[in-house]
Amino acid sequence: MTALTLVAAVLAVATLGAALMALTTRSTAIAVLSAGLVSLFASVLFLLLAAPDVAMTEAAIGSGLTTFLFFFVLGRIRREGSK
Amino acid sequence: MTTRSFIPLVLLALLGTVFFALFVGFTPDETLNRTASYYATQTVPETGAQNVVTAIIVTYRGLDTLGEVTVLFLTAAIVGLVLAQSKAPKGRSGSGFLPSGELLTTGTRMLVPVILLFGAYVFANGHLTPGGGFQGGAIVASGLLLMLLADPAERFSHRLISRIESSAGLIYVILGLLGMIFAGGFLDNRILPLGWFGSVFSAGAIPLIYILIGLKVGAEFSSILTSLEDTEDAQ
Repeated sequence: MTALTLVAAVLAVATLGAALMALTTRSTAIAVLSAGLVSLFASVLFLLLAAPDVAMTEAAIGSGLTTFLFFFVLGRIRREGSK
Repeated sequence: MTTRSFIPLVLLALLGTVFFALFVGFTPDETLNRTASYYATQTVPETGAQNVVTAIIVTYRGLDTLGEVTVLFLTAAIVGLVLAQSKAPKGRSGSGFLPSGELLTTGTRMLVPVILLFGAYVFANGHLTPGGGFQGGAIVASGLLLMLLADPAERFSHRLISRIESSAGLIYVILGLLGMIFAGGFLDNRILPLGWFGSVFSAGAIPLIYILIGLKVGAEFSSILTSLEDTEDAQ
């Protein structure tokens, strides 16, 4: 087993762990953050698989834009709830 | 265990079986297949692009990319159409904003120019380094989203965004048609000289097309975000 395989395996386990955390946590903010973390780990995995273009798309859209959008909507809901 | 929690588990197990069967039956090819080996050997002499993925996306499969950009445009248009129903009246931008924190405001002021610059770098260097129009456009839009998070009362000109979006799309199609007239076919990049391999001004029309795609994608994402922000709060 090469070092690369080991890193990939650790990343895969971390991705699964983050996904489980997103499913089980009670706090919405933590769920959104761990869903972003899944994308981030996936993009590192793509990078290891020699697909830097796909990795960039995953990091920019899956991990960046989507997480921001969730927080934007969460802030919006909180704003309307506080009225 | 109730049936309600049982059914998703069964579905997940079925999905896992399918993926496992795919994984077990997978043997990597020893050599590239015909299409892949054509791309691997002919991309550099034919298009002059250092990044083979970009050359495929913009030239060989340029029509598909035009389709993708069109799908994104349709999404933005539909979101705008649906949200226009609940648009806040002019001069009354939502109501009762919670103030954003000092950290977010100051951080945004420092980071947004850097993020925008990085996005522009990513789509202008798409033919040399990994990344390109879609990635760069998404980065630009995330910078804009950060501005909206820091100051929800901030308004961006819809007119400017839609002008950037539609002129980028128009020039993209015109460049494609010019390829049909002056070079080998629709979206052929050889309407401009291929230039010195590996420099910024090389690979013919690829950097130009990718900059246009970057602007278009950025404008489309931004228009979705701003129309989300423009909606009126529920009374």
